[in-house]
Amino acid sequence: MPAINLSKAGREQSHASRVFDLAEMSLRELNQALHDLAPGSNETAWEVLHPRGSHSVAVGVDQPVAIDVRGSVGYYCGGMNDGGTITVHGSAGPGVGENMMSGQIIVKGDASQYAGATGRGGLLVIEGNASSRCGISMKGIDIVVHGNIGHMSAFMAQSGNLVVLGDAGDALGDSIYEARLFVRGKVESLGADCIAKEMRPEYLELLQGLLDRAGVTGVKAAEFKRYGSARTLYNFNIDNADAY
Amino acid sequence: MCGIVGLFLKDKSLEPQLGAMLSEMLISLSDRGPDSAGIAIYGASSNEAKITIQSAKPEHDFRGLDAELAKAIGAPVSIAAKSTHAVVRTTPAKIDEAREAIQALRPDIRIMGAGDVVEIYKEVGLPEAVVDRFGVREMTGTHGIGHTRMATESAVTTMGAHPFSTGADQCLVHNGSLSNHNNVRRELIREGMIFETENDTEVAAAYLSSQMAHGKNLGEALEGTLSDLDGFFTFVVGTKNGFGVVRDPIACKPAVMAETDQYVAFGSEYRALTKLPGIDNAKVWEPEPATVYFWEH
Repeated sequence: MPAINLSKAGREQSHASRVFDLAEMSLRELNQALHDLAPGSNETAWEVLHPRGSHSVAVGVDQPVAIDVRGSVGYYCGGMNDGGTITVHGSAGPGVGENMMSGQIIVKGDASQYAGATGRGGLLVIEGNASSRCGISMKGIDIVVHGNIGHMSAFMAQSGNLVVLGDAGDALGDSIYEARLFVRGKVESLGADCIAKEMRPEYLELLQGLLDRAGVTGVKAAEFKRYGSARTLYNFNIDNADAY
Repeated sequence: MCGIVGLFLKDKSLEPQLGAMLSEMLISLSDRGPDSAGIAIYGASSNEAKITIQSAKPEHDFRGLDAELAKAIGAPVSIAAKSTHAVVRTTPAKIDEAREAIQALRPDIRIMGAGDVVEIYKEVGLPEAVVDRFGVREMTGTHGIGHTRMATESAVTTMGAHPFSTGADQCLVHNGSLSNHNNVRRELIREGMIFETENDTEVAAAYLSSQMAHGKNLGEALEGTLSDLDGFFTFVVGTKNGFGVVRDPIACKPAVMAETDQYVAFGSEYRALTKLPGIDNAKVWEPEPATVYFWEH
């Protein structure tokens, strides 16, 4: 797996970070404290200890703070994130970064189903593998997965970019709209209306930018193939009337 | 929803803690299913076979049953009652006869399961209440599976709780719902399988029992579920010396596994695994869709 250079906010382990130990405090206290942050607050560094697979860790963050979660999390970590930089030093359960608006989420381990689902913006980096339905219905988020992704990823993906350094499972990009998919390894199969597309210079440039933002080094944009919509499902075709 | 757990020990020194470990795993998933809970524990082999029975009126049904049953089958019988359940022990050769005699002597008793080593405890209520009621934390064993149920498919009753056992030392827990269970049940009934409930999961258990009765091993039987059962499922299965996991090809029901030199563990969520020894250095992964995993002692 290529070397990773963490984002600036994620790398800085502020000595003055505010520590929440979920072995002693409730998840609600943590999330409430994060939601109470006023714009411009000096409390920009947070550390969460003993998450032990808790659901909804750091959901709804709307300030540009850095949150380091020391361990694995359950469902919906960083959901709806709007500007925070959340680093999970472990693996993430289903729906990590669901409906992210902006900011960054970095998962050092693996991610379960539907990582980044419906995400509207920001960057989600999975340093391990992501399982099925990664980027389902994505609407502008950028997702970079260092390992492989499971079946039905980018189903009905509308916009944004999904970058996969490893392989993709069955039915990649089924019923895709205008999201761009870049896969470096093997694609098990493409879903309905998803096709391989030409890697034109503007896409190489876009992809290189994404790799740089995700801290990926030692991998060239030219090693990827691009996939996207054939746009044949956009309008009803009268020849298919019998199928309904 | 529903929450399922499984634990298969490789390290014998952990066997005295099996009940406690499995109980903690199941309790951590209580909010995935508040309706009923159950656990199957595979204990040590002995020269006796066991039948786990259940009654809504245990004081009435269990009293004097040992002597009556011993007389009926002509073999020694002992009964250890635990709340609404009891474990009947007798000579292995007499096990089928004992089952029939129990049903004849006490028609209200339900058979939870039978075999050389398995004991099954399940009731309506939260996992913690069920575990306390049957003293599961104190149980020793080699492997076990557990379930906490959020009912979708059939009634919230003791018999509708998991695990379901349809063959000697075989049992199964399920997260999901099957859509072709009525058809499969009809086919299995024609084969001679007996069903206690209208529950979809019992059909999956009976399907595996039938496959194994036809000579398939656990892995091959689990493979068959992928083509013969339609619906959503993550199954965790125990046999006398084996432990298996399979997820349907869509795999929308969650699953996490962990393996160390000491054990193989399954949880619907990672939360269930966090208190296991050495979990921070365990190999932790999400089982692949349509892929059979099984271990045998």
